[in-house]
Amino acid sequence: MYELIRGPLLWIGFIGFFGGLLYRFVTMARLAKRERVVLPTFSARFGLRSLAHWLVPFGGANMRRRPAYTLLSWAFHIGVLVTPLFVMGHAVLWQEAWGFRWWSLPAGLADAMSLVVVGVCLFFIVRRLIRPEVRNVSYPSDFVLALVVMAPFLTGFIAHRQWLPYEPMIIIHGLSGVLGLLVLPWTRLVHMMWFVFTRAFMGSEFGAVRHSRDW
Amino acid sequence: MADLEDRQVVDPGIDESIAGLTPDRIERTINRVLTEETGARLQAYLQTCVHCGLCAEACQSYISRDKDPDYAPVAKVKDTLWEMVKRKGKVDGEFLHNAARIAYIDCGACRRCSMYCPFGIDISYMIMTVRRILNLLGVVPQYLQDTTNSHAATMNQMWVQQDDWIDTLMWQEEDARSELAGARIPLDREGAEIMYSVIGPEPKILAQLIANMAIIFKVAGADWTMPSTDGWDNSNMAMYSGDFETMGRVERLHWERASELRVKRVVMGECGHAYRGAVYDGPRWLGWTKPPIPMVHAVEYYYELISSGRIRIARKIEEPVTVQDPCNIVRGRGLHDKLRYVVNAICADFRDMDPRYEHNYCCQAGGGLINCGPPWKRSRMKSNRVKADQIRDTGAHTVITPCHNCHSGIEDIIGFYKLGCHVSFISELLVKTIEMPDA
Repeated sequence: MYELIRGPLLWIGFIGFFGGLLYRFVTMARLAKRERVVLPTFSARFGLRSLAHWLVPFGGANMRRRPAYTLLSWAFHIGVLVTPLFVMGHAVLWQEAWGFRWWSLPAGLADAMSLVVVGVCLFFIVRRLIRPEVRNVSYPSDFVLALVVMAPFLTGFIAHRQWLPYEPMIIIHGLSGVLGLLVLPWTRLVHMMWFVFTRAFMGSEFGAVRHSRDW
Repeated sequence: MADLEDRQVVDPGIDESIAGLTPDRIERTINRVLTEETGARLQAYLQTCVHCGLCAEACQSYISRDKDPDYAPVAKVKDTLWEMVKRKGKVDGEFLHNAARIAYIDCGACRRCSMYCPFGIDISYMIMTVRRILNLLGVVPQYLQDTTNSHAATMNQMWVQQDDWIDTLMWQEEDARSELAGARIPLDREGAEIMYSVIGPEPKILAQLIANMAIIFKVAGADWTMPSTDGWDNSNMAMYSGDFETMGRVERLHWERASELRVKRVVMGECGHAYRGAVYDGPRWLGWTKPPIPMVHAVEYYYELISSGRIRIARKIEEPVTVQDPCNIVRGRGLHDKLRYVVNAICADFRDMDPRYEHNYCCQAGGGLINCGPPWKRSRMKSNRVKADQIRDTGAHTVITPCHNCHSGIEDIIGFYKLGCHVSFISELLVKTIEMPDA
């Protein structure tokens, strides 16, 4: 079972993930050919200026208004992106599969980052339930997506600590990871790809066209 | 829960139009706009929004209504566009009634929320898409539609006829000459450096503003002209009702008139949405990336005149003043520093609002809101208590508003919340303070 997951299933996950993103990108790019507003006003300089302000914590006014949320959200996104790529267990898999050496995080740090992801996912869920302006626009899918993101990190952490039997845990971990990869391109998690473009377009609009700032 | 009083407002432009619609027409119209008039931009916004609600506190209506979640920008999109997309256009009259109130009354398309969205989603664009759909269905608040009809029939916002227009200009020229000898309003002077354009309400109800400008141009020694025929009005309520065809006609005629006069630039009066229509929305609809002739907003022009010494300030206004940053020339053009330069030049006691610059709150009158007329006035007032607090906190006696919508909207707020101050355009203060040449 474990071999099945780290072999063919993982391939399905990667192919589904990159293939899905590519498909979405190509269909969007074809749709964008008709777009008369976005492309003529796109400016690399102002797009990057806006992205820089919104990727750095406290670079925007709204981030300064809510410091706790900003730090949690920032740590969460770093955790989501960095941990799976550099956790020791995955680095070993890279090396076994393709024979190349890859950087890896100290085990303690990786554990901490996983816990941050899990904790902030819970925070997002609780926030959705208690903040009226967020609850009002929350659908069941919003909660499910938070759990989908949380699952591989929680199971990975438990497996590493061997709090529960290792073998079944690592199987669930692999399955949840593949599930996350597969659903990402088809759900709101695709903001991972689109936010670069939406942000850069707004940065161009404000900066190049309207001579003002959007942070 | 949206305000009960607002939900009961009777507006024939909305209620009677909805009564005449068939489910088939609603569905076809919505799907046509969603597939043929919009594209990648809308799709990216729909797919990207993670429903985080971080845009909520950007909106003055949300803050002013005690953080009622239905007034958060994201909720306004959820209750309109998201549902239209989700139900594939199969929505009923009650839904459209609610959507019209949200899109035309609760959102002024001020774009403050897109500065609070981490992804920079242009929420106001999505609300404008809803207005476009409603316009194609004929569901538009009656007063706003009347204004749009005026644009379509007369090419100006206020049903001003050409003889009235010329007559008003001659009358204002006389008024200006009684203040300053030799002041003129030169009509149709080909090859002048500047065409001055105003919005419909100026000749109709605020004609003295044109005389003020004639005095300022005379003192500055400007080489300017105004057109005697249609195309003089660059205001554009069709842009806000969703009638983009009429919007395009208005803007095209305005630029054609300027081209015929072979002017080097167009200076426009103190109005925000007219600037937006002439420089952004109009040209884009017409397929141009920018206007054919540079346009300069009055604030920019006053800045140029004062900073270059072409006009001098003889005395300053002593009473405390504050300034409203109009969305369409601050968030929409970055004129906040020039605006403050001008205000500080003519006023001794300037007190800034907080928040300010791009982060200033909208007046809740622009974006076509005030043009939706008396039925919706109380709603507008309730949606901008935060502006009343902001003004009160400055302790100013005068709120300077270099925009017609801000001017009227803030005048309403001052009355409704009994703030005891008044509003003023910059030109009204300039003619009191500039050094007049010896007659």
